[in-house]
Amino acid sequence: MFTTIYPQLIGLCTGALLLTSALMVWRHSLLASIRLLSVQGVALAALVAVIGVEEGEVEVILVSVLVLLVKGVALPWVLARETHATTRTDEAPRLNPTAALLTVALLTILSYVVASRLLAGDTSVSAHAAPIGLAMVLIGFLLLITRRQAGSQLIGFLVLDNGIATVAFLTSGGVPLFLELGISLDVLLVVVILYVFAGRMRTKFGNTEIDQLRKLHD
Amino acid sequence: MSFALWTPLAIPALLAVLSLAVPSPVLRRLSPVAASVAVLGSGLLLVSAALADQVPTLGDGLLRADALSAYMLTVVGAVGLVSTWGGLGHASAVPVRFAGSYDALISVFLAAMSLAVLADNIGLMWAAIEATTIATAFLVGHHRTPRSLEAAWKYVILGSVGVAIALLGIVLIYAASRGTGEATLSWLVLSQADLPLDPALIRAGGALAVLGFATKAGLAPMHSWLPDAHSQAPAPVSGLMSGVLLAVALYAILRIQTITDAVIGPDFLRVMLSIGGLLSLFVAAALLIRQRDFKRMLAYSSIEHMGMMAVGAAIGAAALPAVLLYVLGHGLTKATLFVISGRILEVEGTPKIDDVRALLVRRPGLAVPWLIAMAALIGFPPFSIFFSEVGIIMAGFSTGMGVTVGIALVLLLVIFASLTRLTVAMTIGAPTSAVAAAAAAAAAEAAVPVVPAAALTGLIPTVGAGASVIVADIEPNPVEPVVPVEPVVPVVPDRSGHGPMLPLILALVTTAVVAFIADPVGTLLTRAAEVLGGIQ
Repeated sequence: MFTTIYPQLIGLCTGALLLTSALMVWRHSLLASIRLLSVQGVALAALVAVIGVEEGEVEVILVSVLVLLVKGVALPWVLARETHATTRTDEAPRLNPTAALLTVALLTILSYVVASRLLAGDTSVSAHAAPIGLAMVLIGFLLLITRRQAGSQLIGFLVLDNGIATVAFLTSGGVPLFLELGISLDVLLVVVILYVFAGRMRTKFGNTEIDQLRKLHD
Repeated sequence: MSFALWTPLAIPALLAVLSLAVPSPVLRRLSPVAASVAVLGSGLLLVSAALADQVPTLGDGLLRADALSAYMLTVVGAVGLVSTWGGLGHASAVPVRFAGSYDALISVFLAAMSLAVLADNIGLMWAAIEATTIATAFLVGHHRTPRSLEAAWKYVILGSVGVAIALLGIVLIYAASRGTGEATLSWLVLSQADLPLDPALIRAGGALAVLGFATKAGLAPMHSWLPDAHSQAPAPVSGLMSGVLLAVALYAILRIQTITDAVIGPDFLRVMLSIGGLLSLFVAAALLIRQRDFKRMLAYSSIEHMGMMAVGAAIGAAALPAVLLYVLGHGLTKATLFVISGRILEVEGTPKIDDVRALLVRRPGLAVPWLIAMAALIGFPPFSIFFSEVGIIMAGFSTGMGVTVGIALVLLLVIFASLTRLTVAMTIGAPTSAVAAAAAAAAAEAAVPVVPAAALTGLIPTVGAGASVIVADIEPNPVEPVVPVEPVVPVVPDRSGHGPMLPLILALVTTAVVAFIADPVGTLLTRAAEVLGGIQ
């Protein structure tokens, strides 16, 4: 029973991951992006759970709970707290939505080309879905480069991180549990630190635009 | 001996907790020094074990100290000790409210660096290196000025994105190891020569991992966080970052390189590291020529030395002992220099080279160690950086990388000239003219804002006119107010070192003699290089 719907479940979860990433590029409101990030975290946790059930490993299912708690709940909550404190959260990115979505399509194609060469020998269902993870990494970069607000850059970083996690789970069933714990903790702390810095930026400059950070140069 | 594997992790962590919990300023101030001593002591114990052909392991092989790990741990401890002990006089500028967290974060940083070099698991090494980004983020932003905030933001974003790329690479290496039956991240297992690892995945994974850790090591073109972070952080932290963080990132690159070399041969990473190294040397040379800030000068010099180490890593086995000696020499010298730069910044109140003139006459207590350490950094014998550079260049010529090494040599000469000029500008010269020039500059600066202010307050024309008259009086002869003062107050040479001098002396003496000690230093370096597959 499960083996027949397993490929469909993998497809559903990775599809949700790619869709949420693309929507984040499209939407300019920070709050909407945070909700999408939360959905993405839940989709990632579901993906991990599906892989865990398929492989029958309790450790992987434990990891999926951890992913749900950190990426689905904790990180979006931290970000949302930061955002509620501000009045203006809308973003004026460097790319218009059409160009950005076209770039997303190109990046997805690129990651399929790269992954097909990398994972040529692997015919498993999960390996076929692995390009999605790579595409998410590239979309994360796109967000990091094109966004001007501190909060949006943070979201780009988190999409990048979700992409890496997706690649890890799809290519090798995820890293060992203690490492997943360490990595999640690191990411959580980086986000908290950037959140604190964004707060300091607001008290110093009155807004969180990255473009004003131009004093240090040679 | 395996207890020496957890002492460098547990003692700094404990000290970090203590310095937050116990409201004793003395204990708090001394805790990073004690943490460094713990790391250094453990490192020396593990070195003695490595020389006796022991490889202590702990926690099911998760922590492991071969000759290379033991050596790197010693470097972490030694550089940490110089930075923290030498920085004891510094933190008077630290606001009391945040002092506890400042010292605690330094201890956490040392524990994380120790974990990074002791872990026999690339994933754990990654987590430890990322943890140092977290520990140093608040240290870089410690002064809470807009500039330090900017530096910290750039540092955290670039650092964690770079390290995230490295994680992607490590994930791919992990996926490549599924062919061995059980997927593993153990460096010891992965670096065995005859493993059935997937070459395509290892190539991609190795490239991404090296790219990511190169960001952390400050190699061009991913270096842009480094000068900002190093110039804005408190001086002891700059010393730690330059001497320890960059070195540990290089260590990660060397470990990854061993894995990829065994599977796809050395040519692939050789090209990458050569380009990164030469580009770093070029960036450093270009930006040192017209450098105005002495802390940024030291930061660019770090990029230069990391570039040279990357060239050494590209050359491979023959150059590895020189590269490892380089790590120690550069760490100790740079920590010394950053500590002194912090003291100069404190007593002179300016980071500008132009404003710090004639230091040798005015403040010999700071200028003499500064000059000696700069000589060591520029690459004068008998300091070990000289021997490392010569070793790398000789190895390059003997392995057929003459063109790379030749270009590096030309760039090193440019950097040599720039650093010499800047050092001379800071230290040598007559003080009176310097004071006069400073006064003139101050007068000119003061005059500029007065004019628009006068224009704004033009509601009362007489005041405006009066101000202009004053400006006009000052401007033609700005030296005038200084001249009568100068003979009355002759320059009294300030012989104080403005802080503990012993760590600086120890560091400089160590770098001066370390290259001449064949046993045990030479033996240790050879064994550490053997761990990486050098010198069969």
